[in-house]
Amino acid sequence: MAQATPALEIRNLHKRYGSVEILKGISLTARDGDVISILGSSGSGKSTLLRCINLLENPHQGQILVAGEELRLKAAKNGELVAADNKQINRMRSEIGFVFQNFNLWPHMTILDNIIEAPRRVLGQSKAEATEAAEALLDKVGIHHKRHAYPAELSGGQQQRAAIARTLAMQPKVILFDEPTSALDPEMVQEVLNVIRALAEEGRTMLLVTHEMGFARQVSSEVIFLHQGLIEEQGSPQQVFENPNSARCKQFMSSNR
Amino acid sequence: MNWEVIIKWLPRLAQGATLTLELVAIAVIAGLILAIPLGIARSSRHWYVRAVPFSYIFFFRGTPLLVQLFLVYYGLAQFDAVRSSALWPYLRDPFWCTVLTMTLHTAAYIAEILRGALQAIPRGEIEAARALGMSKAKALFYIMLPRAARIGLPAYSNEVILMLKASALASTVTLLELTGMARTIIARTYLPVEIFFAAGLFYLLISFLLVNGFKLLERWLRVDACQGR
Repeated sequence: MAQATPALEIRNLHKRYGSVEILKGISLTARDGDVISILGSSGSGKSTLLRCINLLENPHQGQILVAGEELRLKAAKNGELVAADNKQINRMRSEIGFVFQNFNLWPHMTILDNIIEAPRRVLGQSKAEATEAAEALLDKVGIHHKRHAYPAELSGGQQQRAAIARTLAMQPKVILFDEPTSALDPEMVQEVLNVIRALAEEGRTMLLVTHEMGFARQVSSEVIFLHQGLIEEQGSPQQVFENPNSARCKQFMSSNR
Repeated sequence: MNWEVIIKWLPRLAQGATLTLELVAIAVIAGLILAIPLGIARSSRHWYVRAVPFSYIFFFRGTPLLVQLFLVYYGLAQFDAVRSSALWPYLRDPFWCTVLTMTLHTAAYIAEILRGALQAIPRGEIEAARALGMSKAKALFYIMLPRAARIGLPAYSNEVILMLKASALASTVTLLELTGMARTIIARTYLPVEIFFAAGLFYLLISFLLVNGFKLLERWLRVDACQGR
């Protein structure tokens, strides 16, 4: 009974595209402070899993709970589950941070404006309040000097750090990273990973889809290996990297050494 | 070329140009305001929401402005209800008939520009807004419309210039805008080449100013920097 409510819980998640089943029943639990890395080859459903958690994609079956609160879903005509309550999904999305592979900053706004927009419009913060918080976050991710620049004037790494700051500004309970370094030049990968590492050390709850195996091993409290829509291997980084039970996972790990 | 005649009539032509500017300014601004809800509805996922702006746009894009203008100017007066309505003082006035027709006409085109711009916003930028917890309406007003404005601005500036030239049709319903004024002067002087030449120069000048105004606006809104990432 000492078990605290998990920050994020997913139960039996299914997702199809047409007749192709991408996720065949995924369950996972992230307790406060967990950093769970999700590995797997292309097409194994990693990104789809992440995008289903905040309903950027609509699953066909399953339950999603954030801090014990279940997201209410209803079946749409095409068989997908959609949010039953728009207010609830909007609030829950504001509690689930999402960092995209392609940053998805709004190019017509300065970096600072990108960051203060959602806290102002969604959380109702004043401009001064949001700006103060944003400045601190920009400082934290190391691009305070770029706050009045536009996204196109930043390097990929800086853009991704800005996108992380934008997510942090909402003070999310869980942060989902969808291949945050895959669109970056090799030299810029490290600066983004350093930011993510710092967040892990702060004790933030995070789910991380990545191909940075070494990094996943260092920062994760748990690693999940996804294969053909199912969790093939799950455990401590030590176990999944060194001693996987499944042959497929063993093969994947050895090819990524 | 009789330059003296041109110079002599310049003030009257300038007067006509002012009326042209008034017509175009009201039409493209009112048209834009009308086009915003139309364009948003036009890009809806639901067919029954799309249907209304679709029919509207189909009608106004599918018929000539001149025909529309005649329908409004000569047609509305056929109805007793219109003649006895509070709007009759406006609807009997060729100026307001023209403004109304041009507004309705250009709104159809601008709505279509806006639809294209909304649909051209990279999907991920909208997802980012939704993932941060913005409702559909908030994402639309705070993110998508400002973004679409930048995507659609070059096409909108084009539409404004097309309307400038289309405003010449107002001369057919007795308005003495630039073209109407030129024709009136020609009726007195019998010098069509000189006067139309001068009128053409006025149109060119106005276009030049509009083009440069929009160029400044595009720079201010950083249109280029937002394209093709």
